[in-house]
Amino acid sequence: MLQTDPTVPAIELRGVTKRFVTTGGMAFTALHDLDLAVAPGEFTAVVGPTGCGKSTTLALISGLEAPSTGTVRVFGEPVKAVGRSVGYVFQRDAVFPWKSVLDNVAMGPRFRGVDTEHANTDAREWIARVGLEGFERYYPHQLSGGMRKRVALAQTLINHPRILLMDEPFSALDVQTRALMENELLDLWASSGASVVFVTHDLEEAIGMADRVVVITAGPGTVKGTYKVDLPRPRNIAEIRFQPRFIELYEEIWNDLRDEVLVSYERSKHRVAS
Amino acid sequence: MSAPSIASRRSPVTARARAAADDFDAARTRARQRRRALVQVLRVVLAVVILGTWEITTRLGCHGPDSGTCVVDPFFFGQPSGIWSQLVTWVQKGTAQGPLWEQIGVTLEETVLGFAIGVILGIVFGVALGRNRLLSDVLGPYIKAMNAMPRVVLGSIFTIALGLEIPSKVALAVVLVFFVVFFNAFQGVREVDRDLLANARILGASQGQLSRHVILPSALSWILASLHTSFGFALVGAIVGEYLGARKGIGLMIATAQGTFNANGVFAAMFILAVVAIVAEALVTRLENSLIKWRPNAITEVTI
Repeated sequence: MLQTDPTVPAIELRGVTKRFVTTGGMAFTALHDLDLAVAPGEFTAVVGPTGCGKSTTLALISGLEAPSTGTVRVFGEPVKAVGRSVGYVFQRDAVFPWKSVLDNVAMGPRFRGVDTEHANTDAREWIARVGLEGFERYYPHQLSGGMRKRVALAQTLINHPRILLMDEPFSALDVQTRALMENELLDLWASSGASVVFVTHDLEEAIGMADRVVVITAGPGTVKGTYKVDLPRPRNIAEIRFQPRFIELYEEIWNDLRDEVLVSYERSKHRVAS
Repeated sequence: MSAPSIASRRSPVTARARAAADDFDAARTRARQRRRALVQVLRVVLAVVILGTWEITTRLGCHGPDSGTCVVDPFFFGQPSGIWSQLVTWVQKGTAQGPLWEQIGVTLEETVLGFAIGVILGIVFGVALGRNRLLSDVLGPYIKAMNAMPRVVLGSIFTIALGLEIPSKVALAVVLVFFVVFFNAFQGVREVDRDLLANARILGASQGQLSRHVILPSALSWILASLHTSFGFALVGAIVGEYLGARKGIGLMIATAQGTFNANGVFAAMFILAVVAIVAEALVTRLENSLIKWRPNAITEVTI
């Protein structure tokens, strides 16, 4: 394990711009001059309207994509390729449908050169930790959406990522399952010490889970404001939203977010009309 | 997810619901059995009607030694009873080129060899070109041109170059099978879910591991779907090859029957081919089911 210098941010994006060429051949700016820093062990939530480049931010940090201009650093090192210290939970199901739960979870260590026997032992432990004991031999299509998300969590966490990137991981789940999963994620995170970037469009989820909430503008995305969430931990997601301080924060951040959501909405109406 | 408690299971309401569900299940099973029986009966009726019409029209109105006076001339169009007696003769006395089983064996050998080689080459090239943009851009037009050609004419070249024995038929079968499998494998690789690829890369997969654990399994359903058609193509390759020039095989039997104006012989050989094709189809379906058991009871229900 590398020694982490608390003064060096775990994740640092400086003046990052990302342009894509769309299938129609048009240039499209997803992010414009974005600055973002995440401290070691910090839980940061990123909120913003649809299409503001939240997912692109995660792709840049993970090394799946490279910025057009600007620098992306992880623990002070510029990101050049997919990093070994990164874990990524996708919005859609990204577990392998042709592998059993056990094989899915064991994949990370096996890709990284651990022999199958050790990888399986480790995987069984993680499967138990996310509450899926007894489902080792099942295939993903035999599981519910919430259970598949648990598989995805175990699959990511088994690699002990020091950077955990999450792209609206629970948006497809029903409300009860979602609150349950959010609490479990907080427990797992508390014992891991990882730095988290959690992308969501749900402000309640963002405030409930994070140490800090970053609001991104309607695309091209750039940081509009950051808010420290000074709510005590450990938290219970289902109940924290009734605390007066939670409501204050919600109001404050929503004032910022509302304008961006409106801009994004107007634009999407425009696109449909044209 | 806890099991329902024993108390609730014993309550009269639950018991009644359970009995109703059992009744419903039993009724559904009966309905399914009735339908299956109906399908079987209709199948037999259809065969009897077609074969019966054929047989009767080739016997109606015949007078004198000239079969041309019949409603349908059995000399040109054959006759079910004649086809049957031809099959019996082949089984009991052998064909003009030797025992029947030997002919079937030779054709099967050519078909299976051509099928196996064609499938392997198709998968290798399909995956290679699917993963390598430059390679597919360079080779793409040539492959399209070769696919657009009626490749059966290559059979003549193979007969000249490779002779009358098995290799020339295998070569023709390979050429026919290759393109079907190739295009499916290629498309299968191109359609791999981008999130799955990204996930595997984040988890630490190397390029080789990506191919083995993500791309191949994902392309497998496409490849397996192509095996159904490509076995038929392998059979076409073997038969046409034999037809163009051979010493043994079902294709040669057809050519011989044609040469002696034996319509019943041609139909009898066709019947043997149909049986071989149906057996092969069943084997491919079984292979498919065992290879992709991870798929929620896939397309297997649409079989005809």
